[in-house]
Amino acid sequence: MPASAPNPRHAPLVRLTHWLTVVAFVALLLSGLEIFVSHPRFYWGDSGNVNMHPLFSIPIPSSRDTVPTGYNYVLPDQNGWSRYLHFQAAWLLVFTALAYGIPSLFNGHFRRNLVPAPGKRNPRAVWAVIQKYLRRAPADHADSRPYNVAQQIAYLGVIFVLFPLIIWTGLAMSPSFTSAFPLAVLALGGRQSARTLHFFDTIALVLFVIVHVAMVALSGFRSRMRAMTLGEPGPAEIPLPARLANARQP
Amino acid sequence: MKPNQPLTRRKLVTAGIAVTAGAAGLAAADKLARRYSLIPPDSGGLYGPGETLTYAAQRLITRHSMAREFAKSQICEKPFRNELAPMPDLYKQLQANGFRDWKLSIGGLVSHPASFSLAEIRALGMRSQITEIACEEGWSYIAQWTGTPLSSVLNQVGVAPHARYVLYQSIEKPWWESIDMADALHPQTILAQGMNDSDLPAGFGGPLRLRVPRQLGYKSVKFITQITVTDSLKSFGKGLGSASPEAGYSWFAGI
Repeated sequence: MPASAPNPRHAPLVRLTHWLTVVAFVALLLSGLEIFVSHPRFYWGDSGNVNMHPLFSIPIPSSRDTVPTGYNYVLPDQNGWSRYLHFQAAWLLVFTALAYGIPSLFNGHFRRNLVPAPGKRNPRAVWAVIQKYLRRAPADHADSRPYNVAQQIAYLGVIFVLFPLIIWTGLAMSPSFTSAFPLAVLALGGRQSARTLHFFDTIALVLFVIVHVAMVALSGFRSRMRAMTLGEPGPAEIPLPARLANARQP
Repeated sequence: MKPNQPLTRRKLVTAGIAVTAGAAGLAAADKLARRYSLIPPDSGGLYGPGETLTYAAQRLITRHSMAREFAKSQICEKPFRNELAPMPDLYKQLQANGFRDWKLSIGGLVSHPASFSLAEIRALGMRSQITEIACEEGWSYIAQWTGTPLSSVLNQVGVAPHARYVLYQSIEKPWWESIDMADALHPQTILAQGMNDSDLPAGFGGPLRLRVPRQLGYKSVKFITQITVTDSLKSFGKGLGSASPEAGYSWFAGI
Protein backbone atom coordinates (compact mmCIF):
# COMPACT_ATOMS: atom_id res chain seq x y z
CA MET A 1 0.00 0.00 0.00
CA PRO A 2 1.28 3.47 -0.78
CA ALA A 3 1.65 5.89 2.08
CA SER A 4 -1.65 7.30 3.31
CA ALA A 5 -2.59 10.74 4.39
CA PRO A 6 -3.49 10.81 8.10
CA ASN A 7 -7.17 10.78 7.20
CA PRO A 8 -7.57 8.94 3.91
CA ARG A 9 -10.91 9.16 2.13
CA HIS A 10 -10.83 5.35 1.70
CA ALA A 11 -9.26 2.95 4.21
CA PRO A 12 -6.30 0.91 2.90
CA LEU A 13 -8.34 -2.32 2.94
CA VAL A 14 -11.10 -0.68 0.91
CA ARG A 15 -8.59 0.55 -1.68
CA LEU A 16 -6.80 -2.80 -1.97
CA THR A 17 -9.99 -4.85 -2.25
CA HIS A 18 -11.51 -2.33 -4.68
CA TRP A 19 -8.71 -2.91 -7.19
CA LEU A 20 -8.64 -6.68 -6.65
CA THR A 21 -12.35 -6.63 -7.42
CA VAL A 22 -11.64 -4.65 -10.60
CA VAL A 23 -9.09 -7.27 -11.72
CA ALA A 24 -11.44 -10.17 -10.92
CA PHE A 25 -14.45 -8.46 -12.52
CA VAL A 26 -12.67 -7.65 -15.79
CA ALA A 27 -11.35 -11.23 -16.03
CA LEU A 28 -14.79 -12.67 -15.24
CA LEU A 29 -16.54 -10.39 -17.72
CA LEU A 30 -14.17 -11.13 -20.62
CA SER A 31 -14.04 -14.88 -20.02
CA GLY A 32 -17.80 -14.91 -19.39
CA LEU A 33 -18.40 -13.21 -22.74
CA GLU A 34 -16.30 -15.87 -24.46
CA ILE A 35 -18.29 -18.66 -22.79
CA PHE A 36 -21.56 -16.87 -23.60
CA VAL A 37 -20.87 -16.69 -27.37
CA SER A 38 -20.63 -20.49 -27.52
CA HIS A 39 -24.40 -20.52 -26.88
CA PRO A 40 -25.99 -17.04 -27.05
CA ARG A 41 -29.46 -18.40 -26.32
CA PHE A 42 -31.26 -18.39 -22.97
CA TYR A 43 -33.96 -20.66 -21.56
CA TRP A 44 -36.07 -21.05 -18.46
CA GLY A 45 -36.37 -24.22 -16.38
CA ASP A 46 -34.13 -27.28 -16.36
CA SER A 47 -33.44 -28.24 -19.98
CA GLY A 48 -32.44 -25.93 -22.83
CA ASN A 49 -30.78 -26.63 -26.18
CA VAL A 50 -31.01 -25.66 -29.84
CA ASN A 51 -33.83 -28.17 -30.40
CA MET A 52 -35.95 -26.13 -27.98
CA HIS A 53 -37.45 -22.67 -28.15
CA PRO A 54 -35.31 -20.16 -26.28
CA LEU A 55 -36.75 -17.65 -23.86
CA PHE A 56 -34.72 -15.16 -25.89
CA SER A 57 -31.54 -15.21 -27.90
CA ILE A 58 -28.95 -12.54 -28.50
CA PRO A 59 -28.47 -11.80 -32.24
CA ILE A 60 -24.71 -12.28 -32.40
CA PRO A 61 -22.51 -14.88 -34.12
CA SER A 62 -21.59 -17.96 -32.10
CA SER A 63 -18.37 -19.89 -31.59
CA ARG A 64 -20.21 -23.16 -32.35
CA ASP A 65 -21.60 -24.19 -35.72
CA THR A 66 -24.45 -26.06 -33.99
CA VAL A 67 -26.13 -22.79 -32.93
CA PRO A 68 -28.43 -21.30 -35.58
CA THR A 69 -27.50 -17.62 -35.55
CA GLY A 70 -28.26 -16.45 -39.10
CA TYR A 71 -24.60 -15.59 -39.57
CA ASN A 72 -22.68 -17.73 -42.03
CA TYR A 73 -19.49 -17.77 -40.03
CA VAL A 74 -18.37 -19.24 -36.73
CA LEU A 75 -16.21 -17.46 -34.17
CA PRO A 76 -13.10 -19.23 -32.84
CA ASP A 77 -13.66 -21.45 -29.79
CA GLN A 78 -12.06 -19.81 -26.76
CA ASN A 79 -13.90 -21.69 -24.02
CA GLY A 80 -10.93 -23.70 -22.73
CA TRP A 81 -8.84 -20.87 -21.27
CA SER A 82 -11.98 -18.82 -20.68
CA ARG A 83 -13.38 -21.43 -18.33
CA TYR A 84 -10.04 -21.83 -16.52
CA LEU A 85 -9.76 -18.03 -16.14
CA HIS A 86 -13.43 -17.63 -15.17
CA PHE A 87 -13.15 -19.93 -12.18
CA GLN A 88 -9.72 -18.67 -11.12
CA ALA A 89 -11.03 -15.09 -11.18
CA ALA A 90 -14.15 -16.25 -9.30
CA TRP A 91 -11.89 -17.53 -6.52
CA LEU A 92 -10.11 -14.16 -6.44
CA LEU A 93 -13.51 -12.47 -6.17
CA VAL A 94 -14.61 -14.74 -3.33
CA PHE A 95 -11.40 -14.25 -1.33
CA THR A 96 -11.53 -10.50 -1.96
CA ALA A 97 -15.15 -10.40 -0.83
CA LEU A 98 -14.23 -12.21 2.40
CA ALA A 99 -11.19 -9.99 3.02
CA TYR A 100 -13.37 -6.90 2.55
CA GLY A 101 -16.66 -8.10 4.00
CA ILE A 102 -15.65 -9.75 7.27
CA PRO A 103 -13.58 -6.83 8.68
CA SER A 104 -16.17 -4.36 7.39
CA LEU A 105 -18.85 -6.04 9.49
CA PHE A 106 -16.84 -5.39 12.65
CA ASN A 107 -14.86 -2.20 12.04
CA GLY A 108 -17.96 -0.14 11.33
CA HIS A 109 -17.29 0.40 7.61
CA PHE A 110 -20.70 -0.92 6.54
CA ARG A 111 -22.55 0.70 9.43
CA ARG A 112 -20.79 4.06 9.24
CA ASN A 113 -20.28 4.51 5.50
CA LEU A 114 -22.84 2.38 3.67
CA VAL A 115 -25.99 2.15 5.79
CA PRO A 116 -28.03 5.31 5.07
CA ALA A 117 -28.63 7.64 8.01
CA PRO A 118 -32.05 7.11 9.63
CA GLY A 119 -33.50 10.26 8.10
CA LYS A 120 -32.37 9.30 4.60
CA ARG A 121 -33.95 5.86 4.29
CA ASN A 122 -36.72 6.99 1.96
CA PRO A 123 -37.26 7.49 -1.77
CA ARG A 124 -37.45 11.25 -1.31
CA ALA A 125 -33.88 11.43 -0.07
CA VAL A 126 -32.71 9.33 -3.05
CA TRP A 127 -34.69 11.50 -5.45
CA ALA A 128 -33.16 14.64 -3.93
CA VAL A 129 -29.68 13.28 -4.69
CA ILE A 130 -30.63 12.34 -8.24
CA GLN A 131 -32.14 15.78 -8.86
CA LYS A 132 -28.96 17.34 -7.63
CA TYR A 133 -26.98 15.22 -10.08
CA LEU A 134 -29.36 16.17 -12.89
CA ARG A 135 -28.95 19.88 -12.07
CA ARG A 136 -25.22 19.17 -12.30
CA ALA A 137 -24.72 20.97 -9.05
CA PRO A 138 -21.04 20.94 -8.09
CA ALA A 139 -20.34 18.37 -5.39
CA ASP A 140 -19.94 20.15 -2.09
CA HIS A 141 -17.73 18.72 0.62
CA ALA A 142 -20.67 17.57 2.71
CA ASP A 143 -21.67 15.15 -0.10
CA SER A 144 -18.32 13.51 -0.54
CA ARG A 145 -18.08 11.87 2.83
CA PRO A 146 -19.83 9.78 3.87
CA TYR A 147 -21.37 8.67 0.60
CA ASN A 148 -24.74 10.14 -0.29
CA VAL A 149 -27.79 7.94 -0.01
CA ALA A 150 -27.95 7.09 -3.76
CA GLN A 151 -24.34 5.87 -3.65
CA GLN A 152 -25.00 3.97 -0.43
CA ILE A 153 -27.96 2.11 -1.93
CA ALA A 154 -26.06 1.34 -5.14
CA TYR A 155 -23.03 0.04 -3.21
CA LEU A 156 -25.16 -1.99 -0.79
CA GLY A 157 -27.04 -3.48 -3.75
CA VAL A 158 -23.82 -4.49 -5.50
CA ILE A 159 -22.17 -5.86 -2.35
CA PHE A 160 -25.14 -7.66 -0.79
CA VAL A 161 -27.38 -8.51 -3.77
CA LEU A 162 -25.66 -8.56 -7.17
CA PHE A 163 -22.32 -10.11 -6.17
CA PRO A 164 -23.80 -12.84 -3.91
CA LEU A 165 -26.37 -13.60 -6.63
CA ILE A 166 -23.71 -13.90 -9.35
CA ILE A 167 -21.77 -16.41 -7.22
CA TRP A 168 -24.95 -18.30 -6.35
CA THR A 169 -26.27 -18.49 -9.94
CA GLY A 170 -22.79 -19.54 -11.08
CA LEU A 171 -22.57 -22.36 -8.55
CA ALA A 172 -26.14 -23.40 -9.42
CA MET A 173 -24.80 -24.37 -12.87
CA SER A 174 -22.21 -26.72 -11.37
CA PRO A 175 -23.38 -30.35 -11.57
CA SER A 176 -20.98 -31.24 -8.78
CA PHE A 177 -21.93 -28.40 -6.41
CA THR A 178 -25.66 -28.96 -6.92
CA SER A 179 -25.24 -32.65 -6.10
CA ALA A 180 -24.27 -31.55 -2.58
CA PHE A 181 -26.62 -28.53 -2.44
CA PRO A 182 -29.60 -29.23 -4.74
CA LEU A 183 -31.56 -26.38 -3.18
CA ALA A 184 -29.08 -23.95 -4.77
CA VAL A 185 -30.55 -24.73 -8.21
CA LEU A 186 -34.07 -25.79 -7.15
CA ALA A 187 -34.68 -22.37 -5.61
CA LEU A 188 -33.81 -20.71 -8.92
CA GLY A 189 -36.15 -22.89 -10.98
CA GLY A 190 -33.57 -25.08 -12.72
CA ARG A 191 -30.19 -25.02 -14.35
CA GLN A 192 -31.22 -22.96 -17.39
CA SER A 193 -33.02 -20.44 -15.18
CA ALA A 194 -29.81 -20.09 -13.15
CA ARG A 195 -27.86 -19.46 -16.38
CA THR A 196 -30.36 -16.82 -17.52
CA LEU A 197 -30.27 -15.09 -14.12
CA HIS A 198 -26.46 -15.20 -14.23
CA PHE A 199 -26.67 -13.31 -17.53
CA PHE A 200 -29.16 -10.71 -16.19
CA ASP A 201 -27.01 -10.19 -13.11
CA THR A 202 -23.97 -9.62 -15.35
CA ILE A 203 -25.90 -6.92 -17.23
CA ALA A 204 -26.88 -5.28 -13.94
CA LEU A 205 -23.24 -5.29 -12.79
CA VAL A 206 -22.04 -3.84 -16.11
CA LEU A 207 -24.65 -1.07 -15.87
CA PHE A 208 -23.43 -0.33 -12.35
CA VAL A 209 -19.82 -0.12 -13.58
CA ILE A 210 -20.79 2.23 -16.43
CA VAL A 211 -22.64 4.60 -14.08
CA HIS A 212 -19.91 4.27 -11.43
CA VAL A 213 -17.10 5.18 -13.84
CA ALA A 214 -19.16 8.00 -15.35
CA MET A 215 -19.80 9.47 -11.90
CA VAL A 216 -16.10 9.20 -11.03
CA ALA A 217 -15.25 11.06 -14.23
CA LEU A 218 -17.87 13.73 -13.62
CA SER A 219 -16.89 14.33 -10.01
CA GLY A 220 -13.19 14.73 -10.75
CA PHE A 221 -11.44 11.71 -12.21
CA ARG A 222 -7.93 12.51 -10.99
CA SER A 223 -8.84 13.33 -7.42
CA ARG A 224 -11.11 10.29 -7.14
CA MET A 225 -8.40 8.04 -8.57
CA ARG A 226 -5.87 9.48 -6.14
CA ALA A 227 -8.32 8.87 -3.31
CA MET A 228 -8.84 5.23 -4.32
CA THR A 229 -5.11 4.54 -4.91
CA LEU A 230 -2.88 6.77 -2.78
CA GLY A 231 -5.54 7.20 -0.12
CA GLU A 232 -5.41 10.96 -0.21
CA PRO A 233 -8.29 13.33 -0.61
CA GLY A 234 -6.02 15.05 -3.14
CA PRO A 235 -5.78 18.76 -3.86
CA ALA A 236 -9.11 20.39 -4.52
CA GLU A 237 -10.03 19.90 -8.13
CA ILE A 238 -12.88 21.67 -9.83
CA PRO A 239 -15.38 18.96 -10.81
CA LEU A 240 -16.05 18.48 -14.49
CA PRO A 241 -19.63 19.87 -14.55
CA ALA A 242 -18.43 23.06 -12.91
CA ARG A 243 -15.54 23.29 -15.36
CA LEU A 244 -17.94 22.87 -18.25
CA ALA A 245 -20.17 25.55 -16.76
CA ASN A 246 -17.18 27.89 -16.41
CA ALA A 247 -16.12 27.22 -19.99
CA ARG A 248 -19.50 28.30 -21.25
CA GLN A 249 -19.18 31.70 -19.61
CA PRO A 250 -17.77 34.51 -21.75
CA MET B 1 2.64 3.29 6.80
CA LYS B 2 2.01 6.64 8.37
CA PRO B 3 4.98 9.02 8.14
CA ASN B 4 5.04 9.68 11.88
CA GLN B 5 5.33 5.96 12.65
CA PRO B 6 8.67 4.70 11.38
CA LEU B 7 9.32 1.00 10.86
CA THR B 8 9.83 -0.39 14.35
CA ARG B 9 11.45 -3.62 15.44
CA ARG B 10 8.07 -4.81 16.69
CA LYS B 11 6.54 -4.34 13.27
CA LEU B 12 9.44 -6.17 11.63
CA VAL B 13 9.05 -9.10 14.02
CA THR B 14 5.27 -9.17 13.51
CA ALA B 15 5.69 -9.12 9.73
CA GLY B 16 8.33 -11.84 9.96
CA ILE B 17 6.05 -14.06 12.04
CA ALA B 18 3.15 -13.44 9.65
CA VAL B 19 5.21 -14.36 6.58
CA THR B 20 6.60 -17.49 8.27
CA ALA B 21 3.13 -18.54 9.43
CA GLY B 22 1.75 -17.95 5.94
CA ALA B 23 4.48 -20.01 4.30
CA ALA B 24 4.11 -22.79 6.88
CA GLY B 25 0.34 -22.73 6.38
CA LEU B 26 0.70 -23.06 2.61
CA ALA B 27 3.20 -25.89 2.99
CA ALA B 28 0.87 -27.70 5.41
CA ALA B 29 -2.10 -27.16 3.05
CA ASP B 30 -0.05 -28.52 0.15
CA LYS B 31 0.93 -31.60 2.16
CA LEU B 32 -2.67 -32.25 3.24
CA ALA B 33 -3.93 -31.69 -0.31
CA ARG B 34 -1.46 -34.26 -1.68
CA ARG B 35 -2.28 -36.75 1.05
CA TYR B 36 -6.02 -36.56 0.41
CA SER B 37 -5.65 -36.44 -3.41
CA LEU B 38 -7.04 -32.93 -3.74
CA ILE B 39 -4.67 -31.83 -6.52
CA PRO B 40 -5.90 -32.30 -10.11
CA PRO B 41 -3.51 -33.55 -12.82
CA ASP B 42 -3.70 -30.21 -14.67
CA SER B 43 -2.59 -28.23 -11.60
CA GLY B 44 0.46 -26.72 -13.32
CA GLY B 45 0.59 -23.47 -15.25
CA LEU B 46 -1.17 -20.14 -15.06
CA TYR B 47 -4.58 -21.49 -14.05
CA GLY B 48 -3.28 -24.19 -11.70
CA PRO B 49 -4.12 -22.33 -8.47
CA GLY B 50 -7.76 -21.78 -9.41
CA GLU B 51 -8.13 -25.29 -10.77
CA THR B 52 -6.65 -26.80 -7.61
CA LEU B 53 -8.92 -24.70 -5.37
CA THR B 54 -11.97 -25.73 -7.40
CA TYR B 55 -11.17 -29.43 -7.43
CA ALA B 56 -10.15 -29.54 -3.75
CA ALA B 57 -13.21 -27.58 -2.60
CA GLN B 58 -15.57 -29.68 -4.72
CA ARG B 59 -14.02 -32.93 -3.48
CA LEU B 60 -14.27 -31.86 0.15
CA ILE B 61 -18.01 -31.16 -0.14
CA THR B 62 -19.11 -33.64 -2.82
CA ARG B 63 -17.16 -36.85 -2.28
CA HIS B 64 -20.34 -38.89 -1.66
CA SER B 65 -23.09 -36.54 -2.81
CA MET B 66 -25.66 -37.75 -5.33
CA ALA B 67 -26.37 -35.96 -8.60
CA ARG B 68 -29.89 -34.59 -8.89
CA GLU B 69 -32.43 -37.07 -10.20
CA PHE B 70 -35.64 -35.95 -11.89
CA ALA B 71 -39.19 -37.14 -12.41
CA LYS B 72 -40.18 -38.89 -15.64
CA SER B 73 -42.26 -35.84 -16.58
CA GLN B 74 -39.08 -33.74 -16.62
CA ILE B 75 -37.39 -35.80 -19.34
CA CYS B 76 -36.53 -33.49 -22.23
CA GLU B 77 -38.56 -34.29 -25.35
CA LYS B 78 -35.93 -32.85 -27.63
CA PRO B 79 -32.48 -33.86 -26.43
CA PHE B 80 -29.60 -32.45 -28.43
CA ARG B 81 -26.36 -34.05 -29.48
CA ASN B 82 -23.36 -32.80 -31.38
CA GLU B 83 -22.76 -34.12 -34.88
CA LEU B 84 -20.43 -37.10 -34.91
CA ALA B 85 -17.29 -37.27 -36.95
CA PRO B 86 -17.31 -40.15 -39.48
CA MET B 87 -17.06 -43.30 -37.39
CA PRO B 88 -14.06 -45.65 -37.74
CA ASP B 89 -14.55 -48.77 -39.89
CA LEU B 90 -14.26 -50.98 -36.83
CA TYR B 91 -17.30 -49.28 -35.33
CA LYS B 92 -19.30 -49.76 -38.53
CA GLN B 93 -18.43 -53.48 -38.62
CA LEU B 94 -19.48 -53.93 -34.99
CA GLN B 95 -22.66 -51.95 -35.64
CA ALA B 96 -23.54 -54.14 -38.67
CA ASN B 97 -23.46 -57.11 -36.34
CA GLY B 98 -25.72 -55.50 -33.74
CA PHE B 99 -22.70 -54.82 -31.46
CA ARG B 100 -22.67 -58.52 -30.48
CA ASP B 101 -18.86 -58.48 -30.68
CA TRP B 102 -18.39 -55.16 -28.83
CA LYS B 103 -15.76 -55.67 -26.13
CA LEU B 104 -14.87 -53.60 -23.13
CA SER B 105 -11.39 -54.49 -21.93
CA ILE B 106 -10.22 -53.54 -18.46
CA GLY B 107 -6.60 -53.50 -17.39
CA GLY B 108 -4.01 -51.63 -15.37
CA LEU B 109 -3.95 -51.90 -11.58
CA VAL B 110 -6.44 -54.78 -11.36
CA SER B 111 -5.96 -58.35 -10.16
CA HIS B 112 -7.70 -60.01 -13.14
CA PRO B 113 -7.57 -58.00 -16.38
CA ALA B 114 -10.64 -58.98 -18.38
CA SER B 115 -12.79 -58.27 -21.37
CA PHE B 116 -16.60 -58.00 -21.26
CA SER B 117 -19.30 -58.20 -23.91
CA LEU B 118 -22.30 -55.88 -23.64
CA ALA B 119 -24.45 -58.80 -22.38
CA GLU B 120 -21.84 -59.70 -19.76
CA ILE B 121 -21.85 -56.11 -18.53
CA ARG B 122 -25.66 -56.08 -18.38
CA ALA B 123 -25.57 -59.32 -16.35
CA LEU B 124 -23.69 -57.47 -13.58
CA GLY B 125 -26.84 -55.49 -12.80
CA MET B 126 -28.47 -52.39 -14.17
CA ARG B 127 -29.87 -49.20 -12.77
CA SER B 128 -31.95 -46.48 -14.36
CA GLN B 129 -31.57 -42.85 -13.44
CA ILE B 130 -33.09 -39.66 -14.78
CA THR B 131 -30.28 -37.15 -14.74
CA GLU B 132 -29.21 -34.00 -16.46
CA ILE B 133 -26.39 -33.77 -18.96
CA ALA B 134 -24.98 -30.28 -19.40
CA CYS B 135 -22.47 -29.11 -21.98
CA GLU B 136 -19.76 -26.66 -21.03
CA GLU B 137 -21.24 -24.44 -23.80
CA GLY B 138 -24.35 -23.91 -21.67
CA TRP B 139 -27.05 -26.17 -23.14
CA SER B 140 -28.48 -29.18 -21.35
CA TYR B 141 -31.16 -31.83 -21.37
CA ILE B 142 -32.64 -34.37 -18.97
CA ALA B 143 -32.85 -38.04 -19.97
CA GLN B 144 -33.27 -41.44 -18.43
CA TRP B 145 -30.09 -43.46 -18.62
CA THR B 146 -29.92 -47.19 -17.99
CA GLY B 147 -26.71 -49.03 -17.39
CA THR B 148 -24.37 -50.92 -15.11
CA PRO B 149 -22.54 -49.04 -12.35
CA LEU B 150 -18.86 -48.76 -13.24
CA SER B 151 -18.12 -49.93 -9.69
CA SER B 152 -19.80 -53.30 -10.41
CA VAL B 153 -17.48 -53.88 -13.35
CA LEU B 154 -14.45 -52.71 -11.37
CA ASN B 155 -15.38 -55.10 -8.53
CA GLN B 156 -15.24 -57.99 -11.02
CA VAL B 157 -11.62 -57.28 -11.92
CA GLY B 158 -10.40 -56.38 -8.43
CA VAL B 159 -9.01 -52.86 -8.20
CA ALA B 160 -5.70 -52.46 -6.35
CA PRO B 161 -6.02 -50.51 -3.08
CA HIS B 162 -3.58 -47.84 -4.22
CA ALA B 163 -5.48 -47.12 -7.46
CA ARG B 164 -6.37 -43.43 -7.79
CA TYR B 165 -7.80 -42.90 -11.27
CA VAL B 166 -9.80 -44.70 -13.92
CA LEU B 167 -9.08 -43.90 -17.56
CA TYR B 168 -11.58 -44.63 -20.29
CA GLN B 169 -11.03 -44.69 -24.02
CA SER B 170 -13.50 -44.30 -26.89
CA ILE B 171 -13.39 -46.28 -30.12
CA GLU B 172 -12.98 -42.78 -31.57
CA LYS B 173 -9.28 -42.49 -30.81
CA PRO B 174 -8.99 -38.81 -29.85
CA TRP B 175 -11.50 -39.17 -27.02
CA TRP B 176 -10.17 -40.41 -23.74
CA GLU B 177 -10.86 -39.18 -20.25
CA SER B 178 -10.15 -40.07 -16.65
CA ILE B 179 -11.90 -39.64 -13.31
CA ASP B 180 -10.78 -40.06 -9.72
CA MET B 181 -11.95 -42.99 -7.58
CA ALA B 182 -14.64 -40.84 -5.90
CA ASP B 183 -16.38 -40.54 -9.26
CA ALA B 184 -15.37 -43.99 -10.56
CA LEU B 185 -16.91 -45.79 -7.57
CA HIS B 186 -19.89 -43.42 -7.34
CA PRO B 187 -23.21 -45.31 -7.64
CA GLN B 188 -24.49 -42.99 -10.38
CA THR B 189 -21.42 -43.40 -12.60
CA ILE B 190 -22.77 -45.98 -15.04
CA LEU B 191 -21.81 -47.69 -18.28
CA ALA B 192 -25.03 -46.74 -20.05
CA GLN B 193 -26.55 -48.95 -22.73
CA GLY B 194 -30.06 -47.49 -22.68
CA MET B 195 -31.63 -44.07 -22.97
CA ASN B 196 -35.29 -43.17 -22.44
CA ASP B 197 -36.49 -46.81 -22.41
CA SER B 198 -34.75 -47.86 -25.61
CA ASP B 199 -31.24 -48.84 -26.69
CA LEU B 200 -28.75 -46.01 -26.45
CA PRO B 201 -28.74 -44.47 -29.96
CA ALA B 202 -25.39 -44.29 -31.75
CA GLY B 203 -25.62 -40.49 -31.84
CA PHE B 204 -25.79 -40.37 -28.06
CA GLY B 205 -22.89 -42.78 -27.58
CA GLY B 206 -24.39 -46.21 -28.16
CA PRO B 207 -23.76 -48.98 -27.57
CA LEU B 208 -21.76 -47.99 -24.48
CA ARG B 209 -21.28 -44.57 -22.91
CA LEU B 210 -19.82 -43.79 -19.51
CA ARG B 211 -22.24 -41.41 -17.80
CA VAL B 212 -20.61 -39.28 -15.10
CA PRO B 213 -23.60 -37.18 -14.00
CA ARG B 214 -21.69 -35.05 -11.48
CA GLN B 215 -19.53 -33.62 -14.25
CA LEU B 216 -20.19 -31.79 -17.52
CA GLY B 217 -21.00 -33.66 -20.71
CA TYR B 218 -17.48 -33.92 -22.05
CA LYS B 219 -16.56 -36.34 -19.27
CA SER B 220 -19.35 -38.69 -20.45
CA VAL B 221 -17.34 -40.21 -23.28
CA LYS B 222 -19.18 -42.15 -26.01
CA PHE B 223 -18.37 -45.60 -27.47
CA ILE B 224 -16.24 -46.93 -24.59
CA THR B 225 -13.97 -49.86 -25.45
CA GLN B 226 -11.17 -49.70 -22.91
CA ILE B 227 -10.72 -48.93 -19.23
CA THR B 228 -7.39 -48.60 -17.42
CA VAL B 229 -7.00 -48.34 -13.66
CA THR B 230 -3.92 -46.43 -12.51
CA ASP B 231 -2.31 -44.65 -9.58
CA SER B 232 -0.75 -41.93 -11.72
CA LEU B 233 -1.82 -40.10 -14.87
CA LYS B 234 1.71 -38.95 -15.68
CA SER B 235 2.44 -41.60 -18.29
CA PHE B 236 -0.76 -41.14 -20.32
CA GLY B 237 -0.71 -38.68 -23.20
CA LYS B 238 0.91 -35.46 -22.07
CA GLY B 239 0.41 -36.37 -18.41
CA LEU B 240 -2.40 -33.86 -17.87
CA GLY B 241 -4.99 -36.50 -17.05
CA SER B 242 -7.03 -36.70 -20.25
CA ALA B 243 -7.51 -35.38 -23.77
CA SER B 244 -9.41 -32.34 -22.48
CA PRO B 245 -6.52 -30.47 -20.81
CA GLU B 246 -4.41 -31.22 -23.90
CA ALA B 247 -7.07 -29.31 -25.87
CA GLY B 248 -7.13 -26.52 -23.28
CA TYR B 249 -10.14 -27.67 -21.23
CA SER B 250 -9.97 -28.48 -17.54
CA TRP B 251 -9.67 -32.08 -16.38
CA PHE B 252 -12.21 -31.65 -13.59
CA ALA B 253 -15.53 -30.69 -15.15
CA GLY B 254 -17.74 -30.62 -12.06
CA ILE B 255 -18.29 -26.90 -12.55
